[in-house]
Amino acid sequence: MSYWKIAWRNMQQRALASSLTGLSMALGVALMVLVLVIHEVVVAQLSNDAQGYNFIIGSGQGSKFEIVLSTVFHVGTPLYPMPYRVYKQFTEGQFAPYTDVAVPVCLGDSYSTEDGQRFRCVGTTPDMFDKLAYGAEDDGTEKRYRFAAGRNFKHENFFEAVLGSVAANRTGLKVGDRFRPTHGISGEGERHDEFEVVGVLAPTGTANDRAMFVNMEGFYLLSGHALAPKEGAEPLPPAEPGVIRPLPEAQREVTSILVRCRADQMMAPMAIEMGVNKGEDRAAQAVAPVNVVERLQASFLGPMRMILLVLTVLIVVVAGISILVSIYNSMSERSHDIAVMRALGASRAAVMSIILVESILLSLLGGLAGLAIGHGALAVASPIVEYYTGVTVRAWSFTWQESLLVPALVGFAALVGFLPALSAYRTDVAKTLGGAR
Amino acid sequence: MLLVENVRKSYVEPNGDLLPILDVKRFEIGPGEQVVLRGRSGCGKTTLLNCVAGLTAADCGRIIVNGRDIVSLPEAARDRFRASYIGFVFQTFNLLPAFTALENVLLGMTFTGERPDIPRARQLLESVGLGHRLTHKPRALSVGEQQRVAVARALANRPVLLLADEPTANVDPAHQQQVIDLLRDACRRENVAMLLVTHSPEVSAQFPRVEQLEEINRATLVAQGGATV
Repeated sequence: MSYWKIAWRNMQQRALASSLTGLSMALGVALMVLVLVIHEVVVAQLSNDAQGYNFIIGSGQGSKFEIVLSTVFHVGTPLYPMPYRVYKQFTEGQFAPYTDVAVPVCLGDSYSTEDGQRFRCVGTTPDMFDKLAYGAEDDGTEKRYRFAAGRNFKHENFFEAVLGSVAANRTGLKVGDRFRPTHGISGEGERHDEFEVVGVLAPTGTANDRAMFVNMEGFYLLSGHALAPKEGAEPLPPAEPGVIRPLPEAQREVTSILVRCRADQMMAPMAIEMGVNKGEDRAAQAVAPVNVVERLQASFLGPMRMILLVLTVLIVVVAGISILVSIYNSMSERSHDIAVMRALGASRAAVMSIILVESILLSLLGGLAGLAIGHGALAVASPIVEYYTGVTVRAWSFTWQESLLVPALVGFAALVGFLPALSAYRTDVAKTLGGAR
Repeated sequence: MLLVENVRKSYVEPNGDLLPILDVKRFEIGPGEQVVLRGRSGCGKTTLLNCVAGLTAADCGRIIVNGRDIVSLPEAARDRFRASYIGFVFQTFNLLPAFTALENVLLGMTFTGERPDIPRARQLLESVGLGHRLTHKPRALSVGEQQRVAVARALANRPVLLLADEPTANVDPAHQQQVIDLLRDACRRENVAMLLVTHSPEVSAQFPRVEQLEEINRATLVAQGGATV
């Protein structure tokens, strides 16, 4: 009979205690798995969301983090707006020779559902979906936006909108429906004019899934979005009946601009970064989102993960100690069995090995159960998380750190099993079997 | 087959003094011989059995089992030797409660370094009338059945010597004879020598050779003041 079987029978004999210690180990490992996988997903998400362009041009008054958080992840308060001329610099001004695509982004409105869910409304141009990508496949090819229903909005149709997949799911809006954004992001502002949903994006796994994109031309025409005409400016002639005239550029502002540099201009990124950041009026700043995300990871997410990992490691250590305590406490009741095995010819090393195997088996089974529980929990939570956040959590994708868990657990179990194993090693057979004389 | 020669064993008392327990000049058992060892409580019967089994290291002398002096063997080798050549039947049977009857017998085969012989384990249990109780755990067996499993386990590795430490002490009088018959028949069948410790005159009376330990243990004689070493 193998030592594994003997250890297994010992565990069966103390089924309740073994199950509870195994469960504590399983929960510790499950927590560790959750931390590892969620961190991996968050990092991948952050990196993924910030792909598809080189720079975000934002107001010179905000911080780089604010610019990335509000433009890329649709969180935080909207930024100070920039003059529209900054955008024009990328389409026909000094940065145009270096610019492949420049997509303006106007933030500040939101849409609330009856049950209180709020989504950011983003004013932009059709180029957002026609010309930009939202990440890269494993083979390096760009991920292009696709429409699950309908089409992109058209530049000339001012009051058309495209919804991200999560926003469409949760608002219940579909192609052909109309909605009225609210001024401001609190959901309590003035209700604007209606936009018609003309398209729903296929899921991208980015924060854009939670956004509602409206034609920037319509956005400018909403109440409170236009700057006052400059003093002395000539008033525009009255528009013909039934014709909606775009807002004059002098009355426009943009929140940020997504800029993709020309691939054939090696100096383009440097030229844009230097040109914007060293500009005379400092009205704008160029932010490389990848750098900001890296800083975010290094300064916040990395340490946070480390703290969580340390906590989960401590939980696993406590679980390991509970294995030690459980086995050690049982040593007096099983010393008789050990003595019998010794009388049957088991060496001290053999009985020590059996106890170590039991400790390893408990940790291993607890660890494997923990892996299953952790990934099972992710599998259960994955559709919910995806529904609410648009973040795709692949429950059965394993992080490389998890492959270290099993050997680490075996080593740890051998360590915690050593004390009771030593106790088994020292069992006095003659005394335990009753009487030395 | 078994030769105990000039074997001494003492224990250290709490005050540091040595307490001699065993001092046997010569004690011998032939192959297949069945011997009863008698003696009053505390006279060293169990210590002698433990020394012969290699569970307790003798202070000096020779204990030769099947041609090997186990006193001179290192502990690990002694354990292996015990697993292969010596069977043990205890007063309280000492079956492991987590294991089935078959597994208890297989456990006896586990520590020899060879693959457990499952057919032999089954055959042994069948030979003691437990062919239908192979998968039962000790708590599901009667006292008599437990003792039969213990006998099967002791014989599992085809030992040359079976040590039985008061095997009938926990068995009711009605079953004592069955246990003795079982042990004697099994040892005869397997050609195993047996050294059986008992207090029972009825049991002793059935054996051709009965040794009184006090007569061969000079440590006891000294303690009684009847002789000098």
